[in-house]
Amino acid sequence: MSAASYTYAVARPFDPAQAAGLVGVDGAAIHLVRHQDLVAVVSPLAPADANETALRARLETLAELEAIARAHHRVVAAVAACTPTLPFRLATVHRTNDRVAQLLRREYRRFCETLDRLAGRVEVGVKIYVHHADASAGAMSVAEKTGGSGSARVGRDYLQYRREQRDRRQHAWRRATTAAEQMDAVLAGLAVDRRQHRMQSAELAAAPGENVFNAAYLVDAGRAEELAARARRLGAENPHVTIEITGPWPPYSFAGSEECT
Amino acid sequence: MSAAAFPAREIALVDRLLAGGIVLAGDITLAIADIDMVQISLRALITSLDQTTRSGAAERDE
Repeated sequence: MSAASYTYAVARPFDPAQAAGLVGVDGAAIHLVRHQDLVAVVSPLAPADANETALRARLETLAELEAIARAHHRVVAAVAACTPTLPFRLATVHRTNDRVAQLLRREYRRFCETLDRLAGRVEVGVKIYVHHADASAGAMSVAEKTGGSGSARVGRDYLQYRREQRDRRQHAWRRATTAAEQMDAVLAGLAVDRRQHRMQSAELAAAPGENVFNAAYLVDAGRAEELAARARRLGAENPHVTIEITGPWPPYSFAGSEECT
Repeated sequence: MSAAAFPAREIALVDRLLAGGIVLAGDITLAIADIDMVQISLRALITSLDQTTRSGAAERDE
């Protein structure tokens, strides 16, 4: 059985010398599948790995997921550095190169339109977190107040403390959400397009606090640093939130939200 | 494109890739379209790793 085709992206043709030595998933060298003025960037995947069960099992192992994600990103970023690129979802595998060529023929117009929209543009990620410190501040003062009191008094104070803590948490969350909306309005003004992502779960959060805003902005490559600097400034001006800026990325979030068949 | 002009952590990469990129449907692909499954198991994995490293502290908190 011949190797399957792990497909990283569709792109406008580029000088293969620029991708010389580029390796993808499992260290396999990449090659291009061509159709008119489109190329698909592909690397062979061992047949044993090219079924949904095997692939899913690999993706559910954290170390494997990281290795595949890193390889996927390495290839997409290298190609995006030299030509307009439409990234594919992680772990898009076709049975053969012929199937990849069929895809390029079938989706030719759609791919061309998307590539034209993404050409010369990059993505900047912005996440905003509310400080948990804001929500839990005040614990010390309550503890001090309850010192030396009777147990009923301690119980009442404790319930009051829990209510205040909940109110503070809600207030901090609302304040952070409002701040995020204001920042988003400014940043969207600098961008060509924006996408809002679901909030990052606490387990995945790279920054302390609760994620209240998670968006990606599509910008002309030359304006990525301007948008990032503006986001950093807006974050620094607001003491109640932490802002996390990532990128510039290839336009992962703008590759197309609907499925194509 | 420079690898890290702004700080980019491993988790930011995985997070972005699981939510990004065009999703193709049909019998010719094995694209992970139902990303919730992968995200859920990823979260479960991280939670279990977290519990392993912090089980001592968690028991003391009880």
